[in-house]
Amino acid sequence: MLASPAALRSRGLLGMNRRNVAYISRYNERRLYPLVDDKKLTKERAMRHGVATPTLRDVIDTQHGVRDLGERLNHLSRFAIKPSRGAGGKGIMVIHERDGEQFLKASGQALTLDNLQRHCSNILAGLHSLAGAPDSVIIEDLIEADPYFESLSVEGVPDIRVIIFRGIPVMAMLRLSTHASDGKANLHQGAIGVGLDLASGRCIHAVQHSRRVHSHPDTGVDLNHIAIPDWQNLLTLAARCHDLTGLGYLGADIVVDRNRGPLMLELNARPGLAIQIANGKGLLPRLQWIEAQENIPENAEARAGMAMAEFGERIET
Amino acid sequence: MRQQPLFFLAVSVLIIIGVSMMWLRHDRLGIPLLPENDTPVWLVEARIDFVALGDETLASLSLPDDPPGYRIISEQAASPGYGFSRVNGSPGRRGEWSKREATGRQTLYYKVQFAPGQNGTAQRNGSAAPPSEPQQIIWEEPQATAAADLLETAMRRSSTPASLTRELIKAVQSPNDQNAALLLDQHSPQQLVVRLLNQSGVPARLAMGLKLEDARRNQSLQPLVDVYIEDTWHLYDLERGGQEGITPNTLVWHRASGPVLEVMGGQNSQVRFSMMRQSIPALDLAQSQASADEPLGYISLYQLPIEEQGMLKLLLLLPVGALVVAFMRIVIGIRTSGTFMPVLIALAFIQTTLLPGLTAFLTIVGLGLLLRGYLSRLNLLLVARIAAMIVLVVLLTGLLSVFGHEMGLNLGMTITFFPMIIIAWTIERMSVIWEEQGAREVAIQGGGSLLVAIGAYGLMQLGVVRHLTFNFPEIHLILLALILLVGQYTGYKLSELYRFRSMAEQD
Repeated sequence: MLASPAALRSRGLLGMNRRNVAYISRYNERRLYPLVDDKKLTKERAMRHGVATPTLRDVIDTQHGVRDLGERLNHLSRFAIKPSRGAGGKGIMVIHERDGEQFLKASGQALTLDNLQRHCSNILAGLHSLAGAPDSVIIEDLIEADPYFESLSVEGVPDIRVIIFRGIPVMAMLRLSTHASDGKANLHQGAIGVGLDLASGRCIHAVQHSRRVHSHPDTGVDLNHIAIPDWQNLLTLAARCHDLTGLGYLGADIVVDRNRGPLMLELNARPGLAIQIANGKGLLPRLQWIEAQENIPENAEARAGMAMAEFGERIET
Repeated sequence: MRQQPLFFLAVSVLIIIGVSMMWLRHDRLGIPLLPENDTPVWLVEARIDFVALGDETLASLSLPDDPPGYRIISEQAASPGYGFSRVNGSPGRRGEWSKREATGRQTLYYKVQFAPGQNGTAQRNGSAAPPSEPQQIIWEEPQATAAADLLETAMRRSSTPASLTRELIKAVQSPNDQNAALLLDQHSPQQLVVRLLNQSGVPARLAMGLKLEDARRNQSLQPLVDVYIEDTWHLYDLERGGQEGITPNTLVWHRASGPVLEVMGGQNSQVRFSMMRQSIPALDLAQSQASADEPLGYISLYQLPIEEQGMLKLLLLLPVGALVVAFMRIVIGIRTSGTFMPVLIALAFIQTTLLPGLTAFLTIVGLGLLLRGYLSRLNLLLVARIAAMIVLVVLLTGLLSVFGHEMGLNLGMTITFFPMIIIAWTIERMSVIWEEQGAREVAIQGGGSLLVAIGAYGLMQLGVVRHLTFNFPEIHLILLALILLVGQYTGYKLSELYRFRSMAEQD
């Protein structure tokens, strides 16, 4: 029923307390948090550092602005409404297409303009933000999933979570939504986590509900044969995310767009620990290896290369 | 691990200071380390408030005079600018405050300490001279008929003044008696019994008693019936039915004719009581501190007014709750909704006791969630929705109190101890979690919060804990050190051993 602490330690598993004390509070300066907690700011920074993100279409700052939401959305049919300072992926509404007056979600659920306005005013009032602080709404282009990724999951777009420590990618996982997770990519809601080999972007291990799986329960795709195309570029993009925030311990969510390639979706200064279950490996040995390095290259490509060389599968098995 | 040595030094210093101060105070001042339940001392403070009219002012308060079951250890009046004297006269023992000129709001204090037991002169009240005659009672119609009727029935069923008293109390308390119901419109039950007894020729009067409960504030006196039977006065507490005597925790404050409080040259006067329990050594300490200039005494809380001491008693329990929350969240890994909400709930439980508090809390939150389901369809802005939730929670509380009272449950007062705004927020968050993450998550976080709250309550209501936190405030340095230590814990949480169990199984 319970694992012994010794067994977990021997696998290098990073626990939440240790993550908070030894990594987040030591390597992440408090004053930098707004950069990742506020998507508006993240996007501005990302543009300056040449990190590609989904195109920003609109920002609503006041309840007053919600009234003409209809006009604001006139020229958009596929878009996502997000709280700028949402926590844990909360409050994100994804509209896939329009059907006359109605807006359709990925699941096919139809929403009226009224529904969207209410959602926006909730966001502005701070329902989804940390500590209920007033927030703003951002409206951005929907990601046009790369066909390869589209075939992997149902509903939502698969994204890749990369943990980056001192600018070096440490571990990566592909998250596939399932019917059980209601199109959401949260592992604890039933999404599949696919651990990826940092050297090649190939699947090394996959889990759903903490149990090992080999195929997607809804699409039947063989998970063991997943290999992410254009892996090196994706890792470089992840490494660059460190430069735009200055945070030492960071999680980046990356999607692959069919037209624009890898896009940074959002950053997280307190990335979760489930990535270890998906990879079947603990983070600690890799983090400690990086802590022991004296020289970390300035160049993002070089850091991605370091990760591919050091944390590839062949070294660890 | 750069600041580790410094950190542990700081923690050890805190612990050493805390422990040595505790020991010093225990050793030098004799404060017991464990609560001593056998010799409680009650410290009662009467606070008189009135608005003076600008002329000579005289406030006269009836003082307890050898109350049955208690003996007075010390008494003391505090009132700046007032002359104070105790008067023993025919209307019993009274305290009189006087001043030549007083304007505006005035506050006078009278503090008295009681220990259980009797002074040698037991029943002195009883042997006091009886009133010459029973009072003349005049009724108006239709009360006169009802009173005569009631009295006649009781007379028929009784043979002595004692049995008459018993029968009258029964009749007054009987819910179906039409005569009693009519008379109770204008008189309290105690008043009515006294009037009827006097009418039948048995001398009787109203006495006033105080229910002693630890750390209560703003209490008022409760009326008792005092009957003159066979050359002594006998007390009847209507809460005990027709039985003679009073409950052991009732302190008889006023047992004479005349009003409890009389103010000349002032208006809007009122007297309220605060009380608290102490143990004997704590009392000695309080006295020794008043005289000797013991340096350790400065940290003591005993000099504060009892009203504030009572509040501090509760406040000083908060750190214990905070420690429990820190431990449960960091070491055990229980998820709660709202970080320190459980402590507030636990504090409310302390006032309500566990079971009624738990029932009330669950009912309110459950009903609140139902109502919130409807509110969410109204498309309100968040702040307005929470504000609406607060109104609904307050209304629910009121309704539940009435309902509970009807069903004979004493839920009434207990619910009002809960922090309404916290409850409204809890309902809001729970309902959002429900919509977004399902009922399971609600159960996990809600259950977690309750579990932590019950844990904190369990610790906070322990006699030892209450005794230590109040009598040894320096123990909070130790609590602080423990919380700092918990904050440095980098091992796995208990919940993570479950969460990552699959990692240990694979090879």
